[in-house]
Amino acid sequence: MPIQRNAGADTLALHAGQTPDPLHHSRATPIHFTTSYVFESSDHAAALFNQERAGHVYSRISNPTNAVLEERIAALDGGVGAIACASGQAALMLAITTLMGSGGHIVASRSLYGGSHNLLAYTLPRFGIETTFVPPRDKDAWRAAIRPETRLLFGEAIGNPGLEVLDVPGIAEIAHEAHVPLLVDATLLTPALQCPLDLGADLVMHSATKFLGGHGVAVGGLLVDGGGFDWEAAGGRFPTLTEPYEGFHSMDFAEESPIAAFLLRARREGLRDFGACLSPMNAFQILQGIETLGLRMERHVANARALVSHLAQHPLVEAVSWPELDSHPDQALAARLLPKGCGGVFSFSLKGGRKAGCAFIEALRLVSHLANVGDAKSLAIHPASTTHFRMSPEALLAAGIGEGTIRLSVGLENATDLIADLDRGLQAAHKATA
Amino acid sequence: MNLNLSDDTCYCYTGGRPLQPGRPTAVFIHGAGHDHSVWTLQTRYFASHGWNVIAPDLPGHGRSAGPALESIEALADWVVALLTGLGCEQAMLVGHSMGSLIALEAAARAPDRITRLALVGSVFPMPVAPPLLDATLSARERAHGMINQWSYAPQSQLGASTVPGMNLTALNQRLMQRQAAGVLHRDMSACNAYAAGLESAARVRCPTLLLSADLDRMTPPKALGSLAQALGNATQVSRVVLPGAGHAMMAEAPGAVLDALWNFAGARPSS
Repeated sequence: MPIQRNAGADTLALHAGQTPDPLHHSRATPIHFTTSYVFESSDHAAALFNQERAGHVYSRISNPTNAVLEERIAALDGGVGAIACASGQAALMLAITTLMGSGGHIVASRSLYGGSHNLLAYTLPRFGIETTFVPPRDKDAWRAAIRPETRLLFGEAIGNPGLEVLDVPGIAEIAHEAHVPLLVDATLLTPALQCPLDLGADLVMHSATKFLGGHGVAVGGLLVDGGGFDWEAAGGRFPTLTEPYEGFHSMDFAEESPIAAFLLRARREGLRDFGACLSPMNAFQILQGIETLGLRMERHVANARALVSHLAQHPLVEAVSWPELDSHPDQALAARLLPKGCGGVFSFSLKGGRKAGCAFIEALRLVSHLANVGDAKSLAIHPASTTHFRMSPEALLAAGIGEGTIRLSVGLENATDLIADLDRGLQAAHKATA
Repeated sequence: MNLNLSDDTCYCYTGGRPLQPGRPTAVFIHGAGHDHSVWTLQTRYFASHGWNVIAPDLPGHGRSAGPALESIEALADWVVALLTGLGCEQAMLVGHSMGSLIALEAAARAPDRITRLALVGSVFPMPVAPPLLDATLSARERAHGMINQWSYAPQSQLGASTVPGMNLTALNQRLMQRQAAGVLHRDMSACNAYAAGLESAARVRCPTLLLSADLDRMTPPKALGSLAQALGNATQVSRVVLPGAGHAMMAEAPGAVLDALWNFAGARPSS
């Protein structure tokens, strides 16, 4: 059952998690630039360390500005709480290490952000955590890949860069049959377009660097817990949450809070020991972005639709991947799960392959060539030579990436100006391959 | 810890510390549709400062087996039996909302065994609005929404939790969802039907604390008059009204609730 919101999304985006500071009556969220917090007494200090009292001790573990951001994203996503991290990658790592150690296994969509793929395919196996990658649309493959030691299913709400729409309710059902949670990376959609927790996912992560922050100025990540997964009913699969942890007062986190056990462990161990905390300055900048999230996502979607419409009919374009197009295999699923739109990122393939792609990118003036998405400004990249460069040609193909594929992150500029810029690139691509 | 009581397994949270002989005991009784975890930020402090803490999951709630009991009187007898089962001769009782009625009734039924009584978010009578009572039976999610709306102060509805990063109303909704179907309705019905409050209050002899929050719409402080008056045989009656919090004060103002309870309990040696 989804969490009931106490206000509309646009209201939560402005107010959730913050009341005007009682000392100075600041309306905006203050930036708490402090590493640590003065204890009222020895007893107060001990009580904070032993989790007998709520409050802040050290900004690696919690910070008042970060806490506003955490509460705000939890309120928007329909979670019981959240943890702000140094990056989206840190949020993913925090989720994984909270749930499993060496010997753990993950089943993940093979259409992932390149950084996530690197972590799962190359880095985590060094620490004894293996991942089986599956085609995101193939439910039988998800089911078949689950092993007794599987502790997590993981996918992106909308795949990168093929824009496969994850059937969140369907994959969540498979996860829950196996008594494991589903983690969804909702970076490309944000809660303005989809709340995976409402659709059955258990955990959500965001690279807040992207559309949440929205202005390309701050790196950050967020991990949100839906609070609905019953860790104690999972047959002993999650001892990190259901058995005493010697590293923190022998606390059995599920005993302490059956609902918030995951977040307790993630903060008390993951942030404390791995240390991938978010700077309060970045938290403030991401909060500023979230204030206008609903408005911005509407514009991102509208601009994306205009550009897709233009490119889909262009003679120099081989194909456009966009779930709202009839040609996309997930068109019906997108209509069901993404009624407000599929976001501001899409990919298309130029006729002429790599040479055409290079000429196109280099001719753009408004659209910046860089490795990011979700900026207010439009961005473009050539995945095969950048974000996905570690992947083999076979893996690239399996992930729906061709040599001439261009990924566009559509910004907030006037659509007519963006179309003119794309036309400039298309003419250059034509000349280069003529 | 688990123990068997009336053939059913009962779970008691002990604040992260084992029970030790010779220590004073405080029993924390949760309210309708809840479990022991609502007391986390009060019980751990007591447990690490020289007290034995017992925060049971009432029958049918949380980790405790058995059906939820149908009346406040039956729940009060269960609490007294729990003390007996634990070999605890005397204890301070702390109850929230429905738990406060249970604590009140238990203090009346076993006056020699209850040393202090703290009624948190309490009122008598405790009628449940018919739309809410109906919803607990036929539309649980709507009932959870009503409870959250009435239990949290306006500023808590939008957050600013004292526990970093937690969305308190969502946490409460999930906790209520986690209880078995029918439990919330049985709890609310028990509150609604409880009629002996004033007579029982008159039988209370121990020092009693009435702890309220000024923005509580479920059990508003102004409605406490008759209960406070009925506690005339208690050796001492204290009233504390916390500013800025609602009925869910243990979550909204955990430190202030702890301070009020700790002050009421009296200074004890730490260990």
